[in-house]
Amino acid sequence: MRDYILIFASACVINNFTLFYFLGLCPFFGVTGRLVTAFRLGLANIFVMTITSLAAWVLNNFVLTHTPYLRLICFIVVIASSVQFVEMFIKKFSQPLFRALGIFLPLITTNCAILYLALTQTNKGYNLFEGLIYAWGAGIGLTLALVLMAGMREENELATIPNVVKGLSMSFFLAGILSLTFMGFAGLFHEG
Amino acid sequence: MKKDESYDLSDAQRELIKGFWKDNPVFIAALGLCPAMAVTNSLRNALVMTVATAFVLCGASALVSLSRKWIPKQVRISIFIIIIATFVTTVDYVLQAIAYDAHKDIGAFIALIVVNCLILGRQEAFASKRPFGLAMADAVGMAGGFGIALVMIGAVREILGNGTLLKDTPWMFSVFGPHFEPWAVMVLPPGGFLCLGALLAWFAWMKERFERKKQPETAASAG
Repeated sequence: MRDYILIFASACVINNFTLFYFLGLCPFFGVTGRLVTAFRLGLANIFVMTITSLAAWVLNNFVLTHTPYLRLICFIVVIASSVQFVEMFIKKFSQPLFRALGIFLPLITTNCAILYLALTQTNKGYNLFEGLIYAWGAGIGLTLALVLMAGMREENELATIPNVVKGLSMSFFLAGILSLTFMGFAGLFHEG
Repeated sequence: MKKDESYDLSDAQRELIKGFWKDNPVFIAALGLCPAMAVTNSLRNALVMTVATAFVLCGASALVSLSRKWIPKQVRISIFIIIIATFVTTVDYVLQAIAYDAHKDIGAFIALIVVNCLILGRQEAFASKRPFGLAMADAVGMAGGFGIALVMIGAVREILGNGTLLKDTPWMFSVFGPHFEPWAVMVLPPGGFLCLGALLAWFAWMKERFERKKQPETAASAG
């Protein structure tokens, strides 16, 4: 049980994908203008990460056992097609959810956090259940980072900012401060 | 060669140079940010990443440009990604063979070159529509611009965070001498965000200054 909690907390806050490993920065800076969209994108990411984790486990155990050099190509193709499949499935069965996710669903394919999740899960040798815990931890951590960043940027719109740091530069400073605070989680667990 | 695809040297030159500064992928277009911050905690890692990305970008651009007439429009993105993934696998194994220490540091991010939006973006927007020569000029220019950005961020972070340049290589030298107290935060993750933010602010300040200086002159010449 302790192992599962460690995997979850590690992926979620201590080694947060966005603020510690710099993964998925494009949506992090691109769509965090509004709180609601940021939250929805986070949910879509959790969803795709779950599927990717399952797919990576199946590939590693049944398909790629003798051909590790094809891992990267296989993973990216499977991620791209599963995102496409999920998109068609949601469109068919739940129009409101499809409209809510909008353009962000297809864009998840090129989110580096997803591929990193699949590769790390393989390198660490997680089994199916550990992989799922890891995926949920990473997804929730990603959502947390997106929502925090969106909240800060919404507040910032009302502030007076010097011309020079307006726009992207200001976002980087905000992310830096957020990343500094997340470093405080490093002391959450002590080994032994 | 068909007429509408002819080009001369000046076109190629323009495509080559625009990547360095005017359309710099990292500073101006904000593409490929993940590697630009994840591997720039030392200059060596930044250089290795630049070489790896340049190889993948040039290889993929060449292949996509040469086979652009046979790639069906509906599945082009998948084909681009498979081509890119092949080159990335190659570079991953080559690095493991010749630079094992560097690969241990940044190995995960070498694999993530596959989803670097800079590379896929160049295939989609440029290489799949242009002849070989132009595509190569564009790829080399973009890789150069990416390298300039990575080396700048990497150098600043290593000098402030460690007091040295080219750590872990035979050419390492100390910038501030032995009594320098390193700013540890600069080599940690927050340093990447703060350093790139500061660089962008500095560029904006320089641009503003430059324009303010230019303005009285144009006003005077008009009057």
